[in-house]
Amino acid sequence: MAADMCGLSGVATRWMIAGEWRAHPARVILAALAIAVGVALGFAVHLINASALNEFSRAVRTVNGDADFQVHARTPLGFEEALYPKLARTPGIAAASPVVELPASIDGKVPLTLLGIDPFRAGLVTPNLMGRPVAAETTQTAAPPSATDNALGETSIFLSQAALLALNKKPGDEIQVSAAGQTLAFTIAGTLPGVAEGQRLAVVDIATAQWRLNRLGRLQRVDLKFVEGADEPRVRNALAALLPRDAEIVNETTQERRTDALSRAYRVNLDMVALMALLTGGFLAFSAQALSVARRRSQFALLRVLGVQRRALLFQVLVEGAVVGGIGAALGLGAGLFLAQGALSFLGGDLGGGYFSGTRPQLIFAPGAALSFFGLGLLAALIGSVLPARQAAQAQPAIALKDAGDAADPRRAPGWRIALALLLAGAVCAFLPAIGGLPLFGYISVAFLLAGGVGAMPLLARVLLTPLQHVTFGVSGHLASKHLWGAPSQAAIALCGIVASTSLMIAMAVMVWSFRNSVDSWLVQILPADIYLRVEGDDYNAFAPDVQQRMATVPGLQSIHFRKVTPLRLSPDQPPITLLAEDIDPANPSALLPLIGSSRPIPDGAIPVWLSEPATWLYPYRAGDYMDLPLSGASGSTRVFVAGIWRDYGRQQGTVAMASPDYVRLTGDRLRSDAAISLKPGADSASLPDAMRAVMPPSLAGRVSFVPSRDLRKLSLQIFDRSFAVTYLLEAIAILVGLAGVAATFSAQTLARTKEFGMLRHIGVLKRQIVGMLAAEGALLGSVGVVAGIGLGIAISQVLIHVINPQSFHWTMETRLPFVLFATVAVALVAASAGTALIAGRRALSGDAIRAVREDW
Amino acid sequence: MRALKWALALILLATIGHAADTPVLPNYAEVRPGVTLSFPRDHGAHPEFRTEWWYITGWLDTEDGRSVGFQVTFFRTRTSTDQRNDSAFAPKQILFAHAALSDPQTGHLLHDQRIAREGFGLAQASMADMDVTLNDWTLKRDANGRMTTHAGGKDFALDLGFTPTQPVMLEGEEGYSRKGPLPAQASHYYSLPHLLVSGTVTRNGRKAAVKGTAWLDREWSSAYLAPGAVGWDWAGFNFDDGGALMAFRIRDAQGQALWAGGSYRDAKGALTHLAPGDVAFAPVRRWHSPRTGTDYPVEQNLSVRLGPATKEWRIAPLFDDQELDSRAGGGPVYWEGAARVHGGRGYLELTGYFKPLKM
Repeated sequence: MAADMCGLSGVATRWMIAGEWRAHPARVILAALAIAVGVALGFAVHLINASALNEFSRAVRTVNGDADFQVHARTPLGFEEALYPKLARTPGIAAASPVVELPASIDGKVPLTLLGIDPFRAGLVTPNLMGRPVAAETTQTAAPPSATDNALGETSIFLSQAALLALNKKPGDEIQVSAAGQTLAFTIAGTLPGVAEGQRLAVVDIATAQWRLNRLGRLQRVDLKFVEGADEPRVRNALAALLPRDAEIVNETTQERRTDALSRAYRVNLDMVALMALLTGGFLAFSAQALSVARRRSQFALLRVLGVQRRALLFQVLVEGAVVGGIGAALGLGAGLFLAQGALSFLGGDLGGGYFSGTRPQLIFAPGAALSFFGLGLLAALIGSVLPARQAAQAQPAIALKDAGDAADPRRAPGWRIALALLLAGAVCAFLPAIGGLPLFGYISVAFLLAGGVGAMPLLARVLLTPLQHVTFGVSGHLASKHLWGAPSQAAIALCGIVASTSLMIAMAVMVWSFRNSVDSWLVQILPADIYLRVEGDDYNAFAPDVQQRMATVPGLQSIHFRKVTPLRLSPDQPPITLLAEDIDPANPSALLPLIGSSRPIPDGAIPVWLSEPATWLYPYRAGDYMDLPLSGASGSTRVFVAGIWRDYGRQQGTVAMASPDYVRLTGDRLRSDAAISLKPGADSASLPDAMRAVMPPSLAGRVSFVPSRDLRKLSLQIFDRSFAVTYLLEAIAILVGLAGVAATFSAQTLARTKEFGMLRHIGVLKRQIVGMLAAEGALLGSVGVVAGIGLGIAISQVLIHVINPQSFHWTMETRLPFVLFATVAVALVAASAGTALIAGRRALSGDAIRAVREDW
Repeated sequence: MRALKWALALILLATIGHAADTPVLPNYAEVRPGVTLSFPRDHGAHPEFRTEWWYITGWLDTEDGRSVGFQVTFFRTRTSTDQRNDSAFAPKQILFAHAALSDPQTGHLLHDQRIAREGFGLAQASMADMDVTLNDWTLKRDANGRMTTHAGGKDFALDLGFTPTQPVMLEGEEGYSRKGPLPAQASHYYSLPHLLVSGTVTRNGRKAAVKGTAWLDREWSSAYLAPGAVGWDWAGFNFDDGGALMAFRIRDAQGQALWAGGSYRDAKGALTHLAPGDVAFAPVRRWHSPRTGTDYPVEQNLSVRLGPATKEWRIAPLFDDQELDSRAGGGPVYWEGAARVHGGRGYLELTGYFKPLKM
């Protein structure tokens, strides 16, 4: 026997738990399910994120080869090749492999990354980028095969297995390669056996890439290998001293930091939403435990009278909570795994967020994460059980033995100090800055607000129900409002689950609705032209100058504006910012850019740029500042003047917009990535695409799509909706959990009041009236929950909109309230509360009144 | 005549143009008789020719009285790269190099190699004098005529100086050396025998001082091999009395000599040119390579007709396993070894025994 006279024996504990659960299985199941849902969501989101991130870094690693580290250009324009021998000769460097890297498209349909390498160098630094020629070896060659015409051939290309599959081609076939505005014929000389499965990559000789693709004199990167045992930090410092402004040192760590930063905020936010679901689960576990304890007050009192110590009762209730939490968490892990697998195959690794396009990651099981989510689930259930357990232990046995009702004195006003303190703490946290780019205090603020809101429930219920004390709705209504007024803590317990889930759901809905509306009106501003030309596969060099000229002569055009959209690496810790060069009129930038505030007057001779809102969050530049762009072009200075800030929901990592002529002056680059067309009034838009394609090279014509601005808007909103698909899903689950909570709470409370109903029947209250009373109680409670939930939800939504969103995604929006949704939620909640109360009441009243009263032994 | 030489032509094969425009191929200079070699200019590179090499082999005596063989070779090849390619990376000239150490105690060759396209100062060969750089490997000649080299890698490193003790030995007809029945199948060829070697050999991180004698072969050409040739045997020996002998034969698939030649300079400096009929190699003993399954005639009788007399030497290897397998780096399998003859030391090279060398 584990316990002495003062405790409960193990057998007794088991017997009591089993007995309670046999009597009320639904409540236990629901509490476990609430925990399971929270754990499942959290674990699934974590698994998906980890798998997607792993897949994404695999893709990055593939293109980078397995070099120790690399010197990388800050823009796709590259850096001067004269840097390469300097790097190669630096002491501590064993080998240096120069690389030309650019986006390409094969046969006008398969986009991929094209690398130009020197096989003699790459063989030493990045052997996995080496091609394997497919040639019969009947004789031996006296020189390395990489030195034969197969590898150095000016028309030879090596393709990864995935690229061959996508093209349905084999070695020996001829393909058309479009890159940097050129299209060239190549023969597939062989495969790239070192490239990871599923990765599309093409490799040609570096001299061919430079010469045939107009990349003379420039490199995008140099892959480097340390001498064995070299003092790596010292070598890196020596290299850093050599670097021009348009190059930077990149190693796996910075690369991973970048990859991580790219989607971290999005992933952490999903994690947080999942944790909120777990928190809701905790509240539901609390209400289930609290009710179960309340119902067994007399049972516990009897045990106390029989000599069981307080500690043993506390332990008993906590064990119950732990078992519920453990079962729920275990179920949740299984469901999470299942959910993650399903989400990966249906939504992709970014859950529709658009961060990792084109990859279908493999699910990676994370034992550590599984353990921590199990722990969190257990913890939620335990914390939910602590208060009820203390309550059970502290009750005076003599009073509790007689009275199974609410122990609180109805004449005393419920406490408000703790709730107010929590709400205040929430408000303070909302004003604290982000930590490491993550809105951690924002989430703490949400948690405080939630706890404070729930804590204020007894008071709020009292305040809201007080006016009803003096209004008469007939017997049922009167009884209902009196009951609720008189038993505020029971009401609060019933309410807390509802309020927690409703407020979170409302907060998310308000945020998403506000965001969507802001994006919609932004799209109208940012898409002034009639038709937009886009090229498949992020080819930022698609339109060569001669093609641009020919396109401009197509009849029916009012105007055609070409844009350059190209990545620019401003900081080694951040993903590349976007450089946008378009036909901005410096005198009137707001014609193309949705400016926030006005554009500043441009000082004489200064080159103006306009930063997007996210850029000002990520980098220390404000309107009126000067900044240096890491460009190296014809003219020496790359100092530019920040003339204004504009709203950009399209690129979370920030955008620098500049006038096209300034861009050409700084870089000499005349290749453009997309175009916007305005038609003459009455021009035939249907025949335009064909007329346009006719003047393009065939390899480009096949990749260009013509999208009317109206469709583009629709498409953008679709993408928006898709990226919030998971949010919608989580919301729906939160609503369901909330409603389930309502049902569980009511049925439990109703069953606990059988005696009361018996008494009421005895004094002549009709069965119908009691049912009516219960329905009214449900509706009243539901209404209080709706008012509190919506109010709290709007407060939390302001934290989401003004704290969490700007801090993680760097954009702001205007609050819009989804009134239709409010109404729907209100009706659904009130109806559900009333309905479940009604159903529970019918069940409770099905027995006869006399037996019910006799229970009062 | 050296191992990788002929096959270099591989690199030069014209790429079949798929593009609408036809590539502009290089015009290779032709090897002609009657060209007078001039020094130091001809110690330097001849980039207008297709292939060229600086080939040093020799014997080193360690301080503890042992003998080891070594080889340091730099090759240059002009490829068929489109001459319009303006890229600084255009592989118009490729440099590559082999180094090997033959130590009987090791029982097999240690070897290493380098390859790079010429450019950026990382790989280059001067046209003014002997001055070749290939990554971290170098071969240079100073104003006094002394040459120095650094070559090697993980397993060993050679830092050697070579001081000439004899004048340049012009092979063939005043440096015009026929390689086949057609006059165009020829190279410009000179040797520097009896080089006095001093320097260090580094192994396992330990530097050891060495002294010895070596042989430099310099050859450049644009058209080399007769059709039907699969490989060759080559030998070069420094005699103790100051004499020097170079002899080669080019074999067909049946093992018969398609062409042969050489030269002998006696201790007094009198040079005898050897015609195809003056040189005969006769295998005496073969060594079977357990790694590649190849049989090499590592011991041979070399007969050379010198005027009315025929001299015969028995060539014996320093040790049998001097096979060089450079397939890992994409090169050929051949046998390149230190060897002795009565009264002299030198090198024997056997190619095309594993598989025919591809042209």
